[in-house]
Amino acid sequence: MQSAGEKIHIYHKHIPIVTRSVKGGFRNFKTAVLILAYSVYFLLPWLPWARNSAADQAIMFDLESRRFFIFDLIVYPQDIFWLAMLLFIAAALLFFVTGLLGRAWCGFFCFQTLWSDLFIMIEHWIQGERPARIRLQKQPWNVEKVLKIGSSHALMMLVSFWTAVTFATYFTYAPEFVQHFFSGTAASGGYLTVVILSVTTYLAGGVVREQICTLACPYARFQGVMYEADTLAVSYDARRGEGDKGRALPSAGLKTREERQAAGHGDCIDCGFCVQVCPTGIDIRNGLQYQCISCGLCIDACNNIMDSVGYPRGLIRYDSEQNLNSEKPHEPRLEWKRLKVIGYAAALIVMSSMLFYNIGTRSDTEVNVQQVRQPLFIMLSDGSFRNRYQIHIVNKTEHDEVYKLSVRDIPESALDMGSLPELNVHAGKALSVNAKVNLSSELAESTHEFHFVITPSEQNAEPVVVEAHFNSQR
Amino acid sequence: MSQDTKKAPTTTGHVWDDDLQELTNPLPRWWLYGFYITFAFAVIYWMFYPAWPIGSTYTKGIPGLNSVTYTATTVDGSEVQKTTHWNMRSKLMVEMNELHAAQKQWFDKVASMPYEAVSKDADLMQFVNSAGKTLFSDNCAPCHQSGAQGKIGFAPNLTDDYWQYGGTYEKIHETIVGGRRGYMPPFKEVVSEEEIAQVANYVLSMSGEPNDESAAKAGQALFHSDKAGCYICHGPDAKGRIELGSANLTDKIWLWANVPAEKDAAAKLKLVEGVISGGLARGVMPVWSTRLKPDQIKLLTVYVHDSLGGGK
Repeated sequence: MQSAGEKIHIYHKHIPIVTRSVKGGFRNFKTAVLILAYSVYFLLPWLPWARNSAADQAIMFDLESRRFFIFDLIVYPQDIFWLAMLLFIAAALLFFVTGLLGRAWCGFFCFQTLWSDLFIMIEHWIQGERPARIRLQKQPWNVEKVLKIGSSHALMMLVSFWTAVTFATYFTYAPEFVQHFFSGTAASGGYLTVVILSVTTYLAGGVVREQICTLACPYARFQGVMYEADTLAVSYDARRGEGDKGRALPSAGLKTREERQAAGHGDCIDCGFCVQVCPTGIDIRNGLQYQCISCGLCIDACNNIMDSVGYPRGLIRYDSEQNLNSEKPHEPRLEWKRLKVIGYAAALIVMSSMLFYNIGTRSDTEVNVQQVRQPLFIMLSDGSFRNRYQIHIVNKTEHDEVYKLSVRDIPESALDMGSLPELNVHAGKALSVNAKVNLSSELAESTHEFHFVITPSEQNAEPVVVEAHFNSQR
Repeated sequence: MSQDTKKAPTTTGHVWDDDLQELTNPLPRWWLYGFYITFAFAVIYWMFYPAWPIGSTYTKGIPGLNSVTYTATTVDGSEVQKTTHWNMRSKLMVEMNELHAAQKQWFDKVASMPYEAVSKDADLMQFVNSAGKTLFSDNCAPCHQSGAQGKIGFAPNLTDDYWQYGGTYEKIHETIVGGRRGYMPPFKEVVSEEEIAQVANYVLSMSGEPNDESAAKAGQALFHSDKAGCYICHGPDAKGRIELGSANLTDKIWLWANVPAEKDAAAKLKLVEGVISGGLARGVMPVWSTRLKPDQIKLLTVYVHDSLGGGK
């Protein structure tokens, strides 16, 4: 209840979270993921790859020519359903991992986590450890504060800028873009991309940080639905930590485990390190909270303390709710024999196989035959019938290709291509041509379907056969 | 012990129904600032774009800050540069001009090449198909229908293989440029009703439609006689004459009387009799040289010839 005279604040001031650095297994894993992810992200656009019809870049999402180059795979707009499958696979993978291990994506792989982590490292490197940073924040603005805070933010902005430039290089030939960018001759879209991404990267990683996870991120919210009692999550063993009378500082007479247990206190010495290292600023000892991104840093912090006081590790550990609450807890283990987890895994396997099968069996030639429906058929002066077709040929190879068009199930002479001598389709391009098919009235009556056969002139290339309808009756 | 110092939630102090209270949780500061930023955004927007209605007019932003310049064609055909405040209509003009400029190289290419060379170029034909379809839909479709299938008794089908005035590039071009005027005199004042029926039977017999054989025989004689004189326009073989645009009466294609649509022999006969008796004066195609540019007419010629059904 509000006491009289107290001012009502219309806004809620954000309390900055200043984290302490920590050493340990989870920290090493996070650092390894960070190095690997950054190596891939920042270096991949610079990987050369010999191409005939486009720039020599291994990964390039060429929006202008509407082709995505991924090593030897070229993705065309017609392959858009691969994107749908890829998104489904990504979702199933997220569900699978979350059902099994909790928010592992958030804690170790999410780019918000990675960039925040890097920016905290920058702050730590320039401004020092947590107490020094807090002292710096509290001191009045002087030369030291301006220099330290200014240089760390300048460095963050520089990283953000290069992050943005790197993103743009995925969509264009990297060496050329960077050269054009700095000489002021790049396309306006390039500058816009870099500016927007620089600003958002800096704001998200350098200023807003954990509030993205707690306030903005939808994945953080709906991952909660995938948790089950058997899901492994970063947990505090309250029974062991609190004892009967709660946690207590290791004061005189409460130093050894035996003394503490005799006095009814648990193993938690209330040092607060687990809170200080937390990038979202929560206290894991309050139980599973929506802010927890399961990065495991509190586990590292607690293990270090347990080692130093000589108690067994694992007061904070990856464990399941079910195991923590059971009468006889066993060693934490992956409980994968659950309907949800197996279901997610099945969806993942089925969809991945479908995607790889589709990519593996794609033809280099895509042909689409559309019958002209207005008019559906035409009676010619000798009483024979004409149907017209629009044939769309996509050449998915990297060289110009000449195609031969023929028909099956009806006489070859029925096909009329006008004056077009041959169908030359440029590398990675499409061609639409008109074809007329004329059948005598007797033949027209008995023909309802026939096939177009499109043969690439390239040696050993499989002809593409497309079914077409022939209409002669209203 | 969390880094975020927690306080009990504050309320307005009002209590209803014993325990129903209203929270006064403060807004996050970033949200509040976001709200203020929208104020600034609105003011900047008013400077750049048309915004406030004032009576019958409206604010147009600060003059010169965000203007659109485009080339417009006046009524007398001269081109003028116009500069206005930002508005959607001017933006449309700019975009239309850009599109026309982009299309121009293709139109120029078609205009500079002989018909046969255009029809052999698959890439160019792609442009002819799409641009031709648009031109056709805008100008020709009202009579010839959107699929160029025509309408019997009104406008000929352009997708079949019969061309009254000739289906070569040159003839199609001539037709579009100068238009056509088809005419058949009424015969009810020259021959009797019985004779009209005889000629009609003969016309039906040439297309393999049901007819009275003896009447058709008499009709054949009349057709070739100077009394009716049908052969003068339709030719001694009744296959029509391209220079006059007279119909070929021996094929399966009907231009004026929708004979195939009628199932009943008497009805078919009646339709043909009607044409012979009353004659025709409706076969008019307007002149297009005054409405379309030469390069558009050339492109349409190729479209009608190769994409539709010209030539044969």
